[in-house]
Amino acid sequence: MSIRPSIAPRIEPEAGDEFVAHPAFAEVSREVRPAAPRYRNEIGKFSIRRASNCAACGRCVEVCRRNVHIRPDGYHAILRPFDYRCVGFECAETEDYCVDACPQKALSLTENPVFKTMGDYRWTPDLLVSNWQMAETGRPPEKYLESEIGASGGGFDRLRFRFPASPPAALRREDISTELLLNRRGDSRPKIVIGVPWYGGGMSFGSTNIRALLGKARVAKAFNTFTCTGEGGYPERFTPYKDHVIVQVATGLFGVREETIQRARIVEFKYAQGAKPGLGGHLLGDKNTPSVAAMRETTVGVSLFSPFPFHSVYSVEDHKKHLDWMAHINPRALLSAKVSTPNDVDMVAVGVYYAGGHIVHLDGSYGGTGAAPNIAKKNIAMPIEYAIGRVHQFLQAEGIRDKVTVIASGGIRGPWDIAKAIALGADGCVVGTGELVALGCIRCAACESGRGCARGIATTDDELLEMVTVDWCTQRLVNMYSAWREMLVDILYRLGLDSVAALRNRTDLLTHLDYENPS
Amino acid sequence: MPAKYSIHTKPAAPRMRPVGKLGIVDWREDCSSCHNCVKRNCIYGLYRDEADTLRDEIGYLDYIYQCKGCLSCVQNCTKNLLTRVVNPEYLRLGDGYYSPDIILSTWFQSETGRIPVSGSGYGGPFSGPGFDSMWTDMSEIVRPTRDGIHGREYINSSVDIGRKLPRLAFTDGQLAVEPLPLIETPLPIIFDVIPEQWCRGPVVELVASAAAAIGTLAVLRPREIVSKGSVSSHVVPLLETADAVTDSQNWAAPLVMVEDHPEVLSLHAALKQKQPKQIVAIRVQATPTVARRVVELALGGADVIHLLFDRHGREFPSSDPRRKASPSPNGSSPHPNPVPEGEGNMRHVRDVLRDVHRTLVKQGLRDEVTLVASGGIAEPEHVTKAIICGADLVAIDIPLLLALECRLCNECERGQPCPITLEEIDPEYGVRRIVNLIGAWHQQLIEMLGAMGIREVRRLRGETGRCMFFEDLERDTFGSLFGRRKPSSAPTP
Repeated sequence: MSIRPSIAPRIEPEAGDEFVAHPAFAEVSREVRPAAPRYRNEIGKFSIRRASNCAACGRCVEVCRRNVHIRPDGYHAILRPFDYRCVGFECAETEDYCVDACPQKALSLTENPVFKTMGDYRWTPDLLVSNWQMAETGRPPEKYLESEIGASGGGFDRLRFRFPASPPAALRREDISTELLLNRRGDSRPKIVIGVPWYGGGMSFGSTNIRALLGKARVAKAFNTFTCTGEGGYPERFTPYKDHVIVQVATGLFGVREETIQRARIVEFKYAQGAKPGLGGHLLGDKNTPSVAAMRETTVGVSLFSPFPFHSVYSVEDHKKHLDWMAHINPRALLSAKVSTPNDVDMVAVGVYYAGGHIVHLDGSYGGTGAAPNIAKKNIAMPIEYAIGRVHQFLQAEGIRDKVTVIASGGIRGPWDIAKAIALGADGCVVGTGELVALGCIRCAACESGRGCARGIATTDDELLEMVTVDWCTQRLVNMYSAWREMLVDILYRLGLDSVAALRNRTDLLTHLDYENPS
Repeated sequence: MPAKYSIHTKPAAPRMRPVGKLGIVDWREDCSSCHNCVKRNCIYGLYRDEADTLRDEIGYLDYIYQCKGCLSCVQNCTKNLLTRVVNPEYLRLGDGYYSPDIILSTWFQSETGRIPVSGSGYGGPFSGPGFDSMWTDMSEIVRPTRDGIHGREYINSSVDIGRKLPRLAFTDGQLAVEPLPLIETPLPIIFDVIPEQWCRGPVVELVASAAAAIGTLAVLRPREIVSKGSVSSHVVPLLETADAVTDSQNWAAPLVMVEDHPEVLSLHAALKQKQPKQIVAIRVQATPTVARRVVELALGGADVIHLLFDRHGREFPSSDPRRKASPSPNGSSPHPNPVPEGEGNMRHVRDVLRDVHRTLVKQGLRDEVTLVASGGIAEPEHVTKAIICGADLVAIDIPLLLALECRLCNECERGQPCPITLEEIDPEYGVRRIVNLIGAWHQQLIEMLGAMGIREVRRLRGETGRCMFFEDLERDTFGSLFGRRKPSSAPTP
C-alpha cells in the first residue's frame, strides 16, 4: 500500500502556443482517480493517537479498512495514523475498530478539536470536510458527516425534499439526464447544452492562482460545462479550453479585447456581484504582480478598482446597446447578464431578456468574493433563495419563462443546494466557493490580505502559487464534480424524475421546516 | 468647490493586549527539533520573533490576536504538535447583543480607522432578530452620481436637528415666517450620555473632545461640563428637570436635553421663552405606547424627540414614572443588561421606530420634529437601518467605550478595578481611537448609501422602499408555497 496515492507530476507548458504544439496537455479525462489532500496533517472530524507502548504488531493495519493505519512496504514501524480518514465512534460497532483490536491498548480515539474551530454558519465543518472527501475520492461523503445542509438557520438550510415512498419501478439511474440547455430564445445562435446543471463561477486572473483557474477550465472541459474568466482578462493558457470558458465583461473592462470576445461561446456581462452589490471591485495592490498588471494593462503594485456601475449603462436601452455590441462582435456567442438581487430583481430579469440576453445569472447576497467590506457581504441585497422564485414567477407571468435560462448563484454549496435552487424555479446554478473548498479552502476569509491566500488558492504570490499543481487541481475538481453529479442523480432518482429539467419549479416536492406545509 | 467632509484617521495601536479569536496551542515537550519548523513559514510572519517575545508576555500573546486561522502551521508540523483552539477569553467577551465579533470589529476600526474587509462570502446566520432581519436594497443602475466610485464623495451625510415649519408663507414675495433654529451635524451620529460606571478618568472629557474633532455633538451631564460660560457648541447639556429653567439661562449651548415627564411641555415652553434660539430635545423612553406620547409631544411643539432604548435595543415594559425620573436611562439600570419583565414581547428599535415614524406621518407631523434613537446601535449597519426605520439620526454610547478597549466585562459595576485601567487613558489617544471608529463608520455609511443609490442621508429617513424585511420576503416567497409560518419559528436561527 503506498503512503499517498499521488498524481504524477508533469511539466506543463506555460504559453498558449506550446499547448497548440502539444495538444495532449489539454486533454482531460472524467475518470475518478484518488487525489490525496496536500497537507501533512489533514483535518478530519476525529483524531487517533498512538501511544508509545505500540508494539508495531500490525493488527490495526489489518483491521482498518479506511487506510488510517499504514505500514509502508519493507518497513517495520507503522506510520502516524491518517486519522482524517477515520469514521469515528460508529466504527466501534464493527469488526474494524482499531482501538479495540489493539492488543497493547495503545490507540485512542477522540474528536479532533481543530474540526470544531473550522468553518462558519454557512459552511459548517461537516460541509467543508465532506467536500474534501468528495474531492479526494470522487464518491459521496461519509454518512457521519452532515453534507446536506449548513447551520445558517434559514433558506436552503431549512428546506427539505419530500421524497415519495418509492421511485417508479421503470426509472433507472443511468437514464436520468443532468443536461441543461442554455439557449432557449429560438434564435440562430447555437443551442448550447451543458452536461451538468452548473458551471464554474468567475474568478479573475489576479484574484486566484492561475493553476486553480486552469483546473477549473479543465474540469469544465471534462464535464462539458463552463468556467468563467472573471474580470482579469483571458490568460493565453486558457486557449486550449476556449470552448468551455465564458468571457466576462465587467465594469473595469480589464483585459477585454475583441479577439477574446470572438473566442467565447458565452459572453457574460457582470453588472453586480452578490457579495458586494452596488460597490464595484477592488484588487489590492499586493496582488497586482507583473503578470497580472500585463494582463490588465496597468502598472504593477497599483490597487485596481472596478467601478460601479458600467459607466455606459444607465438604462435598459443602454443595456440593450451593450448586448448588441457584443452580439455583433461575436455572432455565435450566447449573451449572459450577471446581476445581483435587489427588490426589483424580477424586473431586471425581464429587462435582460428583452435586451437580447440568453441567460439571466442571479447572484445572491451571500455569494463569495476575493475582498469585500463585511458590511456589504452581510447586509446588501436579498439571499438567493428569495430571488429565484420571484424571478421565475415574474418571467412566467410575462410569458417568457421558457425563452430564457435562469442561473442562480451566491451560496450554492453542493448538490443539495443545486437541487433546491432548481426546485424553486432556477434552470441551473453557478458554483464558486465549493470548487475552492475542494482545493483546500477553509474559508478563513483572509483572501485579500498581504500576499493573499495562505493555502495557495486565492493568491498571485510566486511562492504560494507553488502549493498546488494544475493536475492536482484538475483531479480534485473532476472528483468533486463526479460526486456532485452522482448525488444529484440520486436525488432525482429518489424523487422519481428522469431529468434535471423536470425538477424545475417543483416546489410541491419541497417543504420548509419553519412552515406548516399543508399538503 | 466647497470642502468635502471627511474624518482624518490615524492608526492607534491597542494600549492593552487585545483578545484574539483563534489561538494555536502546541505541546512543546514532544517536539522533534526537526529544524523544519512550520512557524518560520507563517505567511503572516506571526511567529518570527517568538523566541524574543516569549519573555515578554504582551508580545507572546499578540499572535493570538493576529492569527488569521489559516491552519498552515497546524497542518504542516512534522509531528502534528499544533492544534487550533478558539480563545475562551474571546468567547466571554461582551454580552448576547454585543457579540465577540462586534467587539473585535470595533477594536479593529478604532485601531486602524479602516472599513473591515475580508474575502469569501458571508459566513453568518441567514437572518436574526432586530436589525439582522433587514437587508438594504441596492440599485443595478441608478447611482447618486455618474462618477462611479468617486461619486461617493458627493454623498451628503449631514442631518438637521430641530423643529421645522410645516410650510413657508410669503407676503409680497417676502418670507413672512421666521425659520426655526436648526443645527446641522455632518453625520447622523451624536454621542449620548456615558453611563455612570464608565465615567472615570478623562473618559467623558475625551468623548466630548472627539465629538468636537469630528464636528458632531456630545450629550453631557451638567456636572461634567467644566465651565458653563464657555460651553462648546459641540456639547449638549442634559438638564436636571428640577432646576432646568432657572439654570438654563446660563447655558449658551445651541441644543439642550431634558427628560420626559408629565409637565415637560410647559418646561419646554419656558425654556424656549428664555432662549428662543435654543433647541430643546426631550428624552422619551420607548414603551409599548410611546407612539402616542411622541404625537402628544410633537403636537405640543417639541423640537426634538430622543427615543431611548435599553442597551440591547429593546423598548422598556411600561411607562414607569420612577424610570422617567432617572437621569440616564441608558445606563441607569443597576443590572448591566437590563432585562425587563416579559422581555420576549418587548419590541426592538426596528419595530418601534417604524411604528413611531408611521404614526407621525399619518398625523402629518413627521417633518416637523427630529427623531433621535439611542440604545442598541452597535454597528455602522445599525445606523443605516435605524434611519431607514424612521430615525433622523442616532446617538451612541457603548461603541465609544469599546473604542477605548472596554470589553464589557462589567468588573466596574461589581466595584472591581478596571482590567484595562480606563481611568488612566491618555485623552489624546482616546480621542484618536474614537475618531478612527467614527471615521470607519462614516465610510461604511457612505458605502451603503452608495449601493442604495441614495445621494443624501436625509432622504433615507423612513425610506423602507430601500430595504427588505425578513418577514415580508418570507411571506412573499415561502408563505405562498408552504402556508403559515409556525409561531415558534422566530427569525433567529
